[in-house]
Amino acid sequence: MSDAHVQIDNLTMAFGDFLIQRDLTFTINRSDIFIIMGGSGCGKSTLLRPLVGLKSPARGTIRYNGVSFWEAPEPERAKLMQKIGILYQSGALWSSMTLAENIAIPLEAYTALSPADIREVVALKLALVGLAGFEDYYPSEISGGMRKRAGLARAMALDPDILYFDEPSAGLDPISAKLLDDLILELRDSLGSTIVVVTHELASIFAIGNNSVFLDPETKTMIAQGDPNQLLASCDDPKVQKFLRRGVEEGA
Amino acid sequence: MTEAPSATCELGAPGPAGSREAVFTGAWRIDTVRFSRPDPAAPDAWTGCRRLILKDGGITAWDSSLVVYLRQLAASAHAAGVELDDTALPEGVRRLLRLADAVPERKGARRGKQSDPWLARVGIRAQRGWADLVSSIRFVGELTLAFVAMLRGRARYRKSDLRAVFHECGPGALPIVSLISLLVGMILAFLGSVQLRMFGAEVFIANGVAVGMVREMGALMTGIIMAGRTGAAFAARLGTMQVNEEVDALQTMGFSPMEFLVLPRALALIVMMPLLAIYANVMGILGGALVGVLMLDLTAIQYYQQTIGALSLQSIMAGLIKASVFGVLIAISGCMQGIRCGRSALAVGEATTAAVVNAIVYIVVATSTISIIYVLTGF
Repeated sequence: MSDAHVQIDNLTMAFGDFLIQRDLTFTINRSDIFIIMGGSGCGKSTLLRPLVGLKSPARGTIRYNGVSFWEAPEPERAKLMQKIGILYQSGALWSSMTLAENIAIPLEAYTALSPADIREVVALKLALVGLAGFEDYYPSEISGGMRKRAGLARAMALDPDILYFDEPSAGLDPISAKLLDDLILELRDSLGSTIVVVTHELASIFAIGNNSVFLDPETKTMIAQGDPNQLLASCDDPKVQKFLRRGVEEGA
Repeated sequence: MTEAPSATCELGAPGPAGSREAVFTGAWRIDTVRFSRPDPAAPDAWTGCRRLILKDGGITAWDSSLVVYLRQLAASAHAAGVELDDTALPEGVRRLLRLADAVPERKGARRGKQSDPWLARVGIRAQRGWADLVSSIRFVGELTLAFVAMLRGRARYRKSDLRAVFHECGPGALPIVSLISLLVGMILAFLGSVQLRMFGAEVFIANGVAVGMVREMGALMTGIIMAGRTGAAFAARLGTMQVNEEVDALQTMGFSPMEFLVLPRALALIVMMPLLAIYANVMGILGGALVGVLMLDLTAIQYYQQTIGALSLQSIMAGLIKASVFGVLIAISGCMQGIRCGRSALAVGEATTAAVVNAIVYIVVATSTISIIYVLTGF
């Protein structure tokens, strides 16, 4: 069960001389729901950029199934990237296209499906995120929560092996956030995808995460990793405890 | 593809009590599968069949391509009144099928890409045109009020913004204005030389270039440069602020976007345009002089004296009035498109295009109109 999907070794991220996080070493196993957590400004979202292929890290390696992501030649990296799905913070749907066109773009580019089959796949993806029948809507015509779900449908278009979520519950009401968490669990269980979630939403962290890494903005490195529920029970680090208990000091 | 069809579904012969088996095998992968399988909508597929048993005959891999096919099959079976038994399928597939049906389609949500009849489209266009006209007039009115507020010292805007916009509209535009004006001056001189050489009157090229630049070309070229450069920048900047809700934030804090954003930009263009036009005139005359001295054997002194003789304060003023009017037009079309911009990347693009196109159209119409007025009044 626990075979490594993504291995991160000594990863250091920096903008020029400005250090964001250093010496990150952790492993994301297949079918994990892996949480990247930490306080605001610790570089959680920035960590996604090297992982999904947007920006090469200052130092360190990222391996997908043993293949070094940033040392791989460009075509091979592009192929690896096709197996990655990303849900951006506010959906990042292309505003000039309908939802159906948004989802169809990767299908048209990377599969040999006929237009009729693509329509069927698009209908399925929208139905999976609870947006059946919204094919011909433009992103500006639907609510923020729906945009986020449509973004998820697009991220899943090519049936990726690994799905990245950047702050999935940001801007959602508690019920929608809970439904999205349920959806994440359901997708992992049925498709077996690996899921990586960047979040600081405690309810989500405990409900869905089975592995995690905690980034600290002060020391600029990771200070804890493991199942968030176990971290809560047994981690000795006061910063981690304070975070997981919403700022309430242990014993206070 | 050299491989045999990687994913198959075979329908078995009808069995007892109208039950029938569909056996799925192979790798159902969305990037390789060709969907070669029995057509679920074939007319005779369901004759004598009341129950379809879906079987896993060795599915090596699956993803949504299998789920898509199963949904087609289910829809067709459902329409024919056939019961579907999916208990033998992989657990994940069944869960996905249930998830896809979990949220039923909202009533009335679906809609086609309908297009209105011709007459309706004309009507909608006309209504939109009218609404645009009204909002343009309102915009100009609000801008005027903002100017009045500024003159009374009541307008609220940041002095540092004003400085930045002045820099952007003035010194920032000098390189491109220099280049274009110099070249326009040279072109005017070339064109004139061909005609005037026939009369041996090359020396009058200086007159032609001077009057042409000062009365018309200096202001016109500066206007077109500034429409493309600064008008577009205004529209894109204000449009992006609209997308990010920055304009709303100003409004709710009690700042008028008109005073805070539009006023400094309009002011900068109105002040800077005549100055840039003067600069463009000088550069144009310089370009003409280069051609005259280097290629037509006029002396620099000769060219200078001809130019001074040809220019009058009236001609210079005629050009500068035009330049000021162009400044107002560029500011209005750029800022209005930016403020009115919708909330998407598409809208920002449209606003920027409209800002430049409108500004250029306004400028050309305005220069023609003003020229006619000059002719009629003998200015």
